This record gives sequence, C-alpha cells and structure tokens, in this order.
Amino acid sequence: MTTENYVSELRWTLSDIATIARRNILTLVRIPTSLVFAIIQPIMFVLLFRYVFSGSINIPAGTYVNYLIPGILVQTTIFGAVGTAIGLAEDLQRGLIERFRALPMARSAVLAGRTISDVLRNIMIVVVITGVGFAVGFRPHGGFFPYIEACLLMLLFAYCLSWGFAFIGLAAPNSETAQAMTFPLIFPLTFASSIFVAINNMPGWLQVFARNQPVSQAANAVRALMLGYPVGNSVWVTLLWAAGALILLAPLATRRYRQAA
Amino acid sequence: MTDFAVECDNIVRTFRVGEVRALDGVSLRVPKGQVFGLLGPNGSGKTTMVRILSTILKPNSGTAKVMGFDVVKDAESVRKTIGMAGQYATVDENLTGFENIVMIGRLTHLTKKVARRRANELLEQFGLTDAGNRSVKTYSGGMRRRLDLGASLVSQPPLLFLDEPTTGLDPQSRQDLWGVIEQLIEGGTTVLLTTQYLEEADRLASQLVVLDHGKIIAEGTPPELKAQLGTTVLALTFESLEDAQKGGDIVKSLSDKPIHTEGSTVELTVDSGPATAAEAIRRIDAATIKLKGLALREPSLDDVFLSLTGHTTEVGDVNLAASTSQVSKG
Repeated sequence: MTTENYVSELRWTLSDIATIARRNILTLVRIPTSLVFAIIQPIMFVLLFRYVFSGSINIPAGTYVNYLIPGILVQTTIFGAVGTAIGLAEDLQRGLIERFRALPMARSAVLAGRTISDVLRNIMIVVVITGVGFAVGFRPHGGFFPYIEACLLMLLFAYCLSWGFAFIGLAAPNSETAQAMTFPLIFPLTFASSIFVAINNMPGWLQVFARNQPVSQAANAVRALMLGYPVGNSVWVTLLWAAGALILLAPLATRRYRQAA
Repeated sequence: MTDFAVECDNIVRTFRVGEVRALDGVSLRVPKGQVFGLLGPNGSGKTTMVRILSTILKPNSGTAKVMGFDVVKDAESVRKTIGMAGQYATVDENLTGFENIVMIGRLTHLTKKVARRRANELLEQFGLTDAGNRSVKTYSGGMRRRLDLGASLVSQPPLLFLDEPTTGLDPQSRQDLWGVIEQLIEGGTTVLLTTQYLEEADRLASQLVVLDHGKIIAEGTPPELKAQLGTTVLALTFESLEDAQKGGDIVKSLSDKPIHTEGSTVELTVDSGPATAAEAIRRIDAATIKLKGLALREPSLDDVFLSLTGHTTEVGDVNLAASTSQVSKG
C-alpha cells in the first residue's frame, strides 16, 4: 500500500470514529432521562456520604468532604463504563452492529467511537460533580493545574477500563444482562477501595485486596493531586494499571466485536 | 468481469459446533440486473446465506464471490459494492430519518455534502420527506422499513440484499414496499431477496431458489416451479372436519401428488381439472358426504412449497391463513 493510501485510510478511520461518537452523543442528548439519571446518581452519592455517613467514617487527616469528592469523582467515571457496556449491548441487540459490520467502515470505529463518546459524557459529569462538591464544602488546595491533571488521570484510567466493559457489552445477550454483569465487577472495585473510606479500618484480609487494587491507586493519586498531598508512586502505578488494562482489554473487546453477531 | 452478481459453491455453515447445519452445501448463480429470490420458511438458511454474502459471517467451507470479490479474502471490496436492508429494520431509533441516512452514508465513505444530498433524495424517493426530521421512534413499521431501504441505497450499490423486507408488516405497508422495490428493479439494481412469503417471491423475483433445512430443493422461474406441479388445484370444501377426512380418503387416488388438508378443505393438484372435479363429485356423492364448495384454480407457490417439502411455508402465519381461506371461498 502506498503512503497516500495509508493517509486516506487513516483519515476515513478517524471519520468513522467521529461519526459513531457523534451518533452516540446525539443518542445521549435525545434521551434526557438517561442523562439526568447519569448525573443524579453521583449527586445522590455525594449527598449520602457527605451528610448521612460522614459522621461515622474515620479518615486519617483533613475533612471528610475533601476526602470524599475526589473518591466520588473516580467512582463516577468508572461507573460511566457501565454505560459503555449497556450501549454496545443495545446496539448489538437492535442489529445496528450487524449493519455496521456489512459497511466498508473501519472495524475499530464502533468500539473506539463508543468509548470516546463515553469519555465525553464522563467529562460533563466530572464538571457537574466538581460544582456539586464545591457547593457541599469541598475545598481542594492542590491548585488548578494539579486538579486538571487529576481529572485527566481519572478519565484516562476509566477510559482504559471501559474496554473491559465493552467486552462485557458485546458478550451479554441483552442490555439488561450486560448491566447486571457489570455489578459483580464494579462493586468490589469501587467499594472495597479507598474511594469512600480509609482502608485501615477494613478487616486485614480485605486490606490486602483494597490496598493493591487499581481503583484504590487511582483514588489515592487523584486525591493527592487535588488536595496537594504528596502523590508518591500512585500516579505512576495508576498509569501502569491503565496501560495494562488497555493492552489486555482492547484486543479482547476488538476480537469479541469481530465475532459478535 | 463476470456476469454474475453472486457466485457461490458448496457453502456450508454450521452453528453451535456443528449441531445445526444452517447451510448444507448451497451453490448459487445470481445473474446481474434481476431480482433473485431465496424462498424458504423460518430456519431454512436464507438469512445465514445473506449474512455470509454480506461478509458478516464466514462460511465453514465453500467459496462465495460477490461482484467478483471473494467474501472472505476480499471482504472489504464486497462491503463497498453491496447495500443491505434487513428484516429487523436496523435503523437507529434515537436519530431522525435524515440523520440515519447521513450516518450510513458517512460510514460508506461519502463526503458530508454528498451524504446529505443523498439523504434528501432518498427521503423524497421513499415518501419520508415530511418525517425526515423526526425521531425514528415516531415512525410506523412501514416507514422504518422504507427508511432502512433508503439507507441501504445511500451509496448507490450495484447489488442490494433484501432480507425479508416485509416480514411483520401489515398488508397495506407490504403493498407499498413492493411498489418501492419494483421501482428499484426498474432502475437496474440487482437484488437478492429473501422471503418466506410466496406471494412476494412470485411478484418480485424473476428467478427463484427454494431453500429448506439449508439445502436448495428447487430452482427456476416462478412459472417453472408452478409447472412442476399439475396444472390445476382442485379445492373441495366439506361441511365438517370429519367429512373432509373421509372425502380426502376417497379422492386421494385422483392425484399422484400428496393431498393437502386445511381445516375442512381438501386440495389436490391435478392435470385435468374439470374431468377430475366431475369424478371427485361422483365419488363423494356415492359415499353420501355433503360437499359445501368446490373450486379450481392455478397452483400458487404455496402449493409448490407444500409439494416439495411436505409442509407449508410457515404454520400459523396470518397471511398464509388469509390466502388459504380466500381459496376455499373461491
């Protein structure tokens, strides 16, 4: 193939990804209820932990609201990946993916377009939750740029993880099952972590898991960046987890896409 | 360059590790510029065939070429030359009709400008201009099928796969869609049509193969297939189911083809209609059974299918039931 052909192919691949991502965003905007609930759910978490549980949760230092909001942001971006699974399962169920597979479009575009549009949705939710956080007393002292850095880190982390959820979406027989299949994965990862509570208060056996699992690392890194604490290795470890997840899960999902029908 | 839009040899495709042989050695030659019908009941392998030819599925064995391109080795080229409209009307409910066609156009690598122009043309062609900016959610079943068909034509493909285009549509929408498809055919598009409706195959297709359990059991033009039967169908309607059974036994020997009983109506395919009818009446009279009605008609493709497979196209199908009841009245 000539260089010109490669350039043209790359251009169409990007165009295909943009077309699919645009279509997903339009879908999201057209069903306002799903968007509203995607935002309401994390707000409920903020209010629940800020006002109901905060008095009963011991954290090592600082106020609980400052501990909580970076955690909730990480949790919310990961929960966004459930939408990735549901969206793909729905497209598959409705026969849209079948139609796409008979088109001369890039094979990677359906998955890339889906995961990218879900990042855009996550960005919007991060902005909203940051606002809600400030309203309930969140005062990060890490500075503006580390805050942005923290947001980029968790969006990247969630993006890489979402390829695993894309695989689930393609493997599930329908969208309801896809959603149910994500829970056994997402609950231990987000709740047995440093997102809401200090790991030191967990039973010993659980601490081993909670301390070492990727979501805790991401939560620690994001929290340290936002609050201006020393980050230690957490940023690097999070990036490594993200890269590992992408390298392992993206080919898995892509392979599944080729087979799915 | 080949004269065939589709050439395939000995296609075998199994599902669930060989348990189900969806296609069991199918060979096809679809000439360019005509409507070729794949006729068969649910589960006969029609859709599997279309999915293989449209590169969605790979065959286990056998070769298939679409417009001269191998569906496995040169799938990309095949995808560029085909359009596909499916039985499930795979359009995106949350987009408008216009957006749907533009999306498919963009994904077939038309420029934005061309995709939009084609979308407007197709919406007009399929009578959807007024609905073009409405969410597909608000469309009726017939409108969705028309949009699906429109979207599949956005890149003006020389070959179009129509997989059960009217399954599940009400009779009026079905008539409308047939009209639309007939216009396409006049425009010279080659169409591979799958259907379980014999009436549809008879009306649209110039060449037919009949599939049953993944095998081709007959091929030819609709008149040729009809000619494989006797020239006339004799339908005898009795007053009760019991009489129909007795009557059926009495007249069975008048035809060398299997007889078909539907409710209290018995149907035979025969070569000489009037003479056989007279003989049937004599025998029934002699047995003192009462005849409620008698009709002679040309065989339909329903009869063809029945005589080839021993079963009707789709048991309990509303349209088939409707056409059968008309027959017994006539």
